[in-house]
Amino acid sequence: MKKFVKLASVVCVAAMMVSTVAMADGETFKIGGIGPMTGAAAAYGMGVMNGAQIAVDEINEAGGVNGVQLEFNPQDDEHDAEKSVNAYNTLKDWGMQMLLGSVTSAPCIAVEAEAANDNMFLLTPSGSAVDCITAGDNAFRVCFSDPSQGTASAQYIGEHGLAEKVAAIYDSSDVYSSGIYATFKAEAENQPFEIVSEEAFTADSKTDFTVQIQKAKDAGAELVFLPFYYNEAALVFTQAAAMDYAPLWFGVDGMDGILTGVEGFDTSLAEGVMLLTPFSADAQDDLTKNFVAKYQEEYGEVPNQFAADAYDGIYIMKAAIEQAGVTPDMDPSAICDAVKAAMTEISVDGLTGSGMTWSADGEPSKSPKAVVIEDGAYKGME
Amino acid sequence: MSLLSYLINGISLGSVYAIIALGYTMVYGIARMLNFAHGDVIMVGGYVALTVVLSYSTNPLVAVLVAIVVCTVLGIVIERVAYRPLRGAASPLAVLITAIGVSYLLQNVVLLIFGPNPKSFQSVVPFPDLKFAGGTLNISAETIVTIASCIVIMIVLTTFINKTKAGQAMLAVSEDKGAAQLMGINVNGTIALTFAIGSGLAAIAGVLLCSSYPSLSPYTGSMPGIKAFVAAVFGGIGSIPGAMIGGIVLGVIEIMSKAYISSQLADAIVFAVLIVVLLVKPTGLLGKKIQEKV
Amino acid sequence: MCGMNKKKKLKSNLITYGMVIAAFIIVQILQSTGHLSSLLQGLLVPICVYVILAVSLNLVVGISGELSLGHAGFMCVGAFAGAIFTKCTQEAITIDLLRFVLAILVAALAAAVFGILIGIPVLRLKGDYLAIVTLAFGEIIKNVINVFYIGKDANGFHFSMKDQFSLGMEPDGKIILGGPQGITGISKQSTFLIGVILILITLFIVLNLIDSRDGRAIMSIRDNRIAAESIGINITKYKLMAFTVSAALAGVAGALYSHNLATLQASKFNFNTSILALVFVVLGGIGNIRGSVIAAVILTALPELLRGLADYRMLIYSIVLIAMMLFNWAPKALEWRERYLGRFFKKSVKEGE
Repeated sequence: MKKFVKLASVVCVAAMMVSTVAMADGETFKIGGIGPMTGAAAAYGMGVMNGAQIAVDEINEAGGVNGVQLEFNPQDDEHDAEKSVNAYNTLKDWGMQMLLGSVTSAPCIAVEAEAANDNMFLLTPSGSAVDCITAGDNAFRVCFSDPSQGTASAQYIGEHGLAEKVAAIYDSSDVYSSGIYATFKAEAENQPFEIVSEEAFTADSKTDFTVQIQKAKDAGAELVFLPFYYNEAALVFTQAAAMDYAPLWFGVDGMDGILTGVEGFDTSLAEGVMLLTPFSADAQDDLTKNFVAKYQEEYGEVPNQFAADAYDGIYIMKAAIEQAGVTPDMDPSAICDAVKAAMTEISVDGLTGSGMTWSADGEPSKSPKAVVIEDGAYKGME
Repeated sequence: MSLLSYLINGISLGSVYAIIALGYTMVYGIARMLNFAHGDVIMVGGYVALTVVLSYSTNPLVAVLVAIVVCTVLGIVIERVAYRPLRGAASPLAVLITAIGVSYLLQNVVLLIFGPNPKSFQSVVPFPDLKFAGGTLNISAETIVTIASCIVIMIVLTTFINKTKAGQAMLAVSEDKGAAQLMGINVNGTIALTFAIGSGLAAIAGVLLCSSYPSLSPYTGSMPGIKAFVAAVFGGIGSIPGAMIGGIVLGVIEIMSKAYISSQLADAIVFAVLIVVLLVKPTGLLGKKIQEKV
Repeated sequence: MCGMNKKKKLKSNLITYGMVIAAFIIVQILQSTGHLSSLLQGLLVPICVYVILAVSLNLVVGISGELSLGHAGFMCVGAFAGAIFTKCTQEAITIDLLRFVLAILVAALAAAVFGILIGIPVLRLKGDYLAIVTLAFGEIIKNVINVFYIGKDANGFHFSMKDQFSLGMEPDGKIILGGPQGITGISKQSTFLIGVILILITLFIVLNLIDSRDGRAIMSIRDNRIAAESIGINITKYKLMAFTVSAALAGVAGALYSHNLATLQASKFNFNTSILALVFVVLGGIGNIRGSVIAAVILTALPELLRGLADYRMLIYSIVLIAMMLFNWAPKALEWRERYLGRFFKKSVKEGE
């Protein structure tokens, strides 16, 4: 065959060899980031990378961590487990000492298996599947796990007597959505409401939700549980409005962004939507206001919950580094040993919760806040 | 009652597939290539219309016209740069793979310009929805406009191909490129015209897709594109009325299987029906029988 | 004449094997001297996976002359069959290597069964219609595995196509396959050595098939179906043979893939993966087995090497892909190459044709 191709392959391999050894220089902390920056999940990964970059810039401007600057290197994984491992290896070659990622659940599980093997400290901002952090004791997360969200949602609906007949629509091709729904359904058995309709959609057919909405409507559901992201939720609200169906809508943290994430979306359709979320871009505390302003200035968009998780993630790393007293000349495994011990000792106030603490299994302890959308803004609920 | 409303929803979804399938089938019929970038041209059309509406707040019709012009030019450029050099290549698969490269290219250019966050689209259709039986039955204005556009486009295309010189040239090229050339037909020009028309149709499809399902991202075009491709094959690829019928039948099957069989398996059922149809009638519903040359 | 041809073919085949073995030796040397980056080490097994996938697809597209757009479906069957086998026999078979070899065989067998089941109806169709039906089967496989649940407890295995609660397991039951969650916690068994051995076996099977009497029958159907039929070649049999062997090898690629990552979801095996395999085949030269190997290596490594371009990575990748296609296939480009780079390319262009 073509010699050209042969030639190209030689060049490729040579390039790979050359791009090898660039180990830690011992002057900065090297933090790697992995998430989808292209592909259908790019909105989530870009949020994480931008949010993390803002935190890194802030910390560096303020003099770094214990006087040491941070360096952040975002890598794309296209929401694919195999690419995510490639990104992880690229970052290892770069000299990564700590990892913020992966952003999405399935790739995170694959990366965590590698990271546990290397004893690399891993903090996932938004990998919510249980298995994201179970391969080793090196892994922690910023967000809630799927079971805690599903269970908390069912309990909240039950305890507050929001509805007797509940319908659910979920993405059966997605780890996050189906994971939350499974635990929601399990907990619903113990709650005083009944699931009257459960309908799925898949990544290949997520433009038309009329059937799912019609079924919920026909079953007389007073509340519809929507454990998926705001992109699809915007379509659900639009189509339900056209069908004159207005139940209570109940979302999870992926719903955050419904007011700001979809440019041009008629937010009056989201009026009355309830969701459990740790972050709201409209919150009036200084931390959130400062973050949202900076994000808008840098990237021209309102940050979503992924960005907030990542911003907190970097500050959590900072707190853990300070607590552990590690220095940038240590190798990743030694840093990991010290930092994972420190993680259980620190308490961090961030955008997604105040007084966040971690147990040794990597799960955060913070409580989801229930908010309702009123007049185009979040309002806290009891 | 719910059966009827499922049927209406199926037709709405199907009408969107149909209008995309028209462009697919037109290009396939004349140029004999599966243009996998068609779905992405649709997406570009959506973004152009969105940008025009947002930044100049003009009449939506102006936005549609601008989108048509941009997509037509885009279609001609793609054909000239990426597809024409491969005409006469040793295998027809070469241009198929290049089309996939073009598809990635369009997605990534739009991703860089507009970012990954989805954009919502204010419908360009200025009419209210039709409601019957006290609001339980609802036919959206977008559906009516989409179906009407489909029928108009179908009639115009058929007339164009059968009655005009350029249209006859297209037919000749699709039958036999070499013979057409000998008869003095400008083959390259005719195929470029086909792509221009196909891409112009894609712009209309893009605007209507985004009006019916208001969420626009760089990847919006790919799945409806594949579904429309399936619809075009379903109806008999190359056949213009077939594309329309195929699209609507596909939409109805998809909604019905979601409603009555399983919402998780709806995609699988759609494809299973396609397989059965093709096994019974190997050239689709309205496809022509291919004559085999020895 | 015939003898000379044979000699040439043998030489060409030996070059292909030699290339793979040489690449393996070079990598081993680099690895032992510590010159291999983590990225490249991590890429070794995926490269093997895609090489096997590309070679197996080339058997259908290049040798048998049928366009298949659903090859990822067979890879999917193999990946899940292998991973489920490994999960189920974790305790029963204690020797890792033995279990993995058996898992690969199970994967190949399962994929071959699907190849026959799908091949019988599909191969009656022709051209683009056949392509779309393979696409449809690929999507169906993906969607069905996505709603499949398998659990295991003291009472044995439980199956469901609804959700994990319908499995009706005892509390101590373990979920093996969890629908869209797929399979997690697969022990990592794939190594570069095993990958290379599988590539060599794949090459051996495919190259021998091509050079055999059966292979010539398959290619005669590709070149002229009616003429082949008229001299008494059983078209269905030979087409099915190529299709099934190809499916089985794709299943092997799937098993190698699933034992390399800790997690496995059916959504990976979508239309895009099928298309990617087709890109390898077409870029490397339809029917050119060595070309498929090289193209798979380059296109798997390319996006990783472009990481330095950050945001522009996938943009540049798509431009490079288009450019490579034009350079390798456009009649004008071939002419130009012959004229100006004749000295370097003359032989290779001829070979490519």
